Amino acid sequence: MDPVTGDLTALAPAEPPRPATSGAGDWVRRNLFRSVGDGIVTVVAAVVIGYVLFRLGRYVFVTGRWEIVRRNLGLFMYGRYPRDELWRIVVALCAISAYGGVFAGHLDRRRADAGITGPRLTPAARARDLLSRFWPLLLGVLVLLLLAGTATPWFVALAVVGAGVAGRLGGGLLGKRWLLPLLGVGVASLVAVMALLLDAAGWDRWGGLMITILLAVAGIVLCFPLGVLLALGRRAGREVNSIGGGIVVAAVVAAIPIVLLVLTGTDPSRPLTWILLGLAVAGGTGGFFVGKRSSLPLVRVLSVVYIEFFRGVPLYVLLFLSYLGLGFFLPRGFDTPGIVVRAVVVFTLFTAAYLAEIVRGGLQSLPRGQTEAAQALGLGPIRTNALIVLPQALRNVIPSIVGQFISLFKDTTLAGAVMGILELLRTSDVANAQADFAGAGLFAETIPFVMFVFWVGCITMSRESQRLERKLGVGTR
Amino acid sequence: MTAHATPAAPSPTPRDQRGHAAVPPWRDVRNLAWLFQFAVVLGAIALVAWLWGNYQDRSAASNIPSSFSFLNQPADFPISGSDFRRTQPVRAAIVEGLFNTLRLVVAGVILATVVGTLVGIARLSKNFLVNKAAQVYVEFIRNIPLFALLVLMYSAVVLRVLPDPRPGRGGSWEWGPVAVLNTRGIGVLWFEGGNLRFVLVVAVFAVVGAVTARLRRRRSDATGAPARTGLWGGVAGLAAAAAVWALLGLGISAPELSGLRTTGGIVMTPPYAAALAALVIYTSSHIAEIVRGSILAVPRGQGEAANAVALSSFQRMWFVVLPQALRVGVPAIGNQYLNLAKNSSLAAAIAFPELTQIVGLSVANRSPAVPAFALLLLIYLVISLVLSALVNLANRRLAIVER
Repeated sequence: MDPVTGDLTALAPAEPPRPATSGAGDWVRRNLFRSVGDGIVTVVAAVVIGYVLFRLGRYVFVTGRWEIVRRNLGLFMYGRYPRDELWRIVVALCAISAYGGVFAGHLDRRRADAGITGPRLTPAARARDLLSRFWPLLLGVLVLLLLAGTATPWFVALAVVGAGVAGRLGGGLLGKRWLLPLLGVGVASLVAVMALLLDAAGWDRWGGLMITILLAVAGIVLCFPLGVLLALGRRAGREVNSIGGGIVVAAVVAAIPIVLLVLTGTDPSRPLTWILLGLAVAGGTGGFFVGKRSSLPLVRVLSVVYIEFFRGVPLYVLLFLSYLGLGFFLPRGFDTPGIVVRAVVVFTLFTAAYLAEIVRGGLQSLPRGQTEAAQALGLGPIRTNALIVLPQALRNVIPSIVGQFISLFKDTTLAGAVMGILELLRTSDVANAQADFAGAGLFAETIPFVMFVFWVGCITMSRESQRLERKLGVGTR
Repeated sequence: MTAHATPAAPSPTPRDQRGHAAVPPWRDVRNLAWLFQFAVVLGAIALVAWLWGNYQDRSAASNIPSSFSFLNQPADFPISGSDFRRTQPVRAAIVEGLFNTLRLVVAGVILATVVGTLVGIARLSKNFLVNKAAQVYVEFIRNIPLFALLVLMYSAVVLRVLPDPRPGRGGSWEWGPVAVLNTRGIGVLWFEGGNLRFVLVVAVFAVVGAVTARLRRRRSDATGAPARTGLWGGVAGLAAAAAVWALLGLGISAPELSGLRTTGGIVMTPPYAAALAALVIYTSSHIAEIVRGSILAVPRGQGEAANAVALSSFQRMWFVVLPQALRVGVPAIGNQYLNLAKNSSLAAAIAFPELTQIVGLSVANRSPAVPAFALLLLIYLVISLVLSALVNLANRRLAIVER
């Protein structure tokens, strides 16, 4: 410091300006060669990645025998759906796309009406934004169109995109009061689309991506009532500390295996006897601790048992059991349902347990004040949950529900393995068994193709749900 | 309560101490709650009873036993890669399957943890190439079905890429004494005497190492000398393990080709290798995301403080960041272990003789389906409960002890 002027810079000699920290050379230094060790890592990684990319590129463009995928593209997409009725699928796709567009447009309008507007984007910036959001989907559609090699799919794609865009523009005209009618139209058009598709061929003749989507959508839609009830059941009642409630629940829970024990006989040499005894002791203990904490302990215990059972066993085994054993649990005279129904039953019961845990998280994230305010207004438990608690809780967990849908979407592959439903992955086996390709063992072409289709679907959904999560501001409110 | 202080006029309705009109029992919330609960439970019991009745009815009609007596009947099917005899009872086959499942799960958990942690750390690397490679790996594997990966590993990798050992078909890949690979199996250098002795040696290592580390810690607390628990525990554990190894006369055995078979070392059958690879790749991608998330959850100040006291980057990671990240990550990683255990059932689809495959085989050989699968579900449930109990235990040990 200069003692006279107090100038702080005077003491230090003038430094030459630092070199500008931009440009390719600087980027390379900061991101690839920070130190000697880093440089070695970079070189090794570059060699390995380069080799893998080279092999991969050669495989995709040169050595891979994609003929099998090209010739069976229809099988992979819609299975054995009658070829003359494919227009139904096109209509269904256009309807779904248009509905999605209308809904998105409506949501945008609502936000605009509420005064939440994002930055105005120029058309070019908007295109860039859409491209960065949907490039995997675009890539997937492009690959499919190129593999198809004919003109018709291009027109189909154009029609679907056109329907979506038209819907988006139309949806912007619908004001706030249209939300409920729109939801009603959604349910109605889902039914209509199903009727349209099923009219030509029952779902046992569907296949490929089409049945995969049907299984996943049916599972997630049907599991909702049960899943929400289980979530509410697991949190039912007020928090109390009642030894009496614990004893009652312990007695009820332990009574079930004991009754079974009495019914089946108490032969100490049978493992079943000991298993039931163990269940009685474990159930009684668990029941006591869960039971003494709530004013509705039995409902809680039932929900907990259901949820923990289905979360503790593999889906594969449940599908197996349903495939071979579902018929046993129906009354005599009922025909055993077809394999698609047998699969959907399992997906529904299984996903309900996971959905219940997700919804429970949403319920826990709500402040107590919401329930108390509803009670203060004199709402009973049903209206409190239906009008106040659930709408907020469900909105907060939409991203997790999408995550559950993604994992259900992936799990549909098991239905093919266990039951022989012709879903995407099973189609790979069928294609490889065709006379033209039998013995060639082109699994290294068909399975990567199937993986690619799954990847496109899953990554698009997961990125969009992350975006939604940011938009909803979960955890920041 | 001033409003109720004035004595109320005598009225026909009974009143409680505070002067409120007593709630009649049919409108008392507590009674209604119990009534509601018993209705729900009765409904559930009725549903189960209905299903049970249908089941009894159906199995009686089609003459299928509904008891567990099938467990004692001869299995009448072979198990590949095992000296199981057809005349042995189904129960023995199921035990064999359980053993195979555990072999898959234990190896899978260990490998997936190692790979997942490494990829998760690579995902945070400042090196562009390493970072991007890890990101592509995670984003791809997490978004494909495990089952597709499993089938790919089996029918396109293990059975296609590896050479066929039959004469004139390509022979085998022999990597010195370390590994022998062909479509009949993958032999790897391993401890002589198989897994049981290996487990014994590892147990000795772990116990001696842990005890030494604890002694060092106590001494360090008393004297202030550096504890160096890792170094001391590791060396002592290794020494003890080596001593046990020498005492038991264990050696290392290298895989060797004898004709078409691979002997020595530890030989993985193709389905086992494919299932293990698929489970490890899939689970590790999920674990990597958890590791990354939990490291990011550690406040930046912790790492900066470690830099400020001049810890090396390894020390910063190992002593400061990872222990705190573990606390966040353990429940989620434990969930992944549970998923891995449940997903091991998919190996049945490529004919690896684990629990599900064995029970499926026994059902195909005249065991009744419903009891057999009920038993199978029960076994998986027990495995899940034991695993989640272990995770809870670990979680409790790691949790911050608050005063």
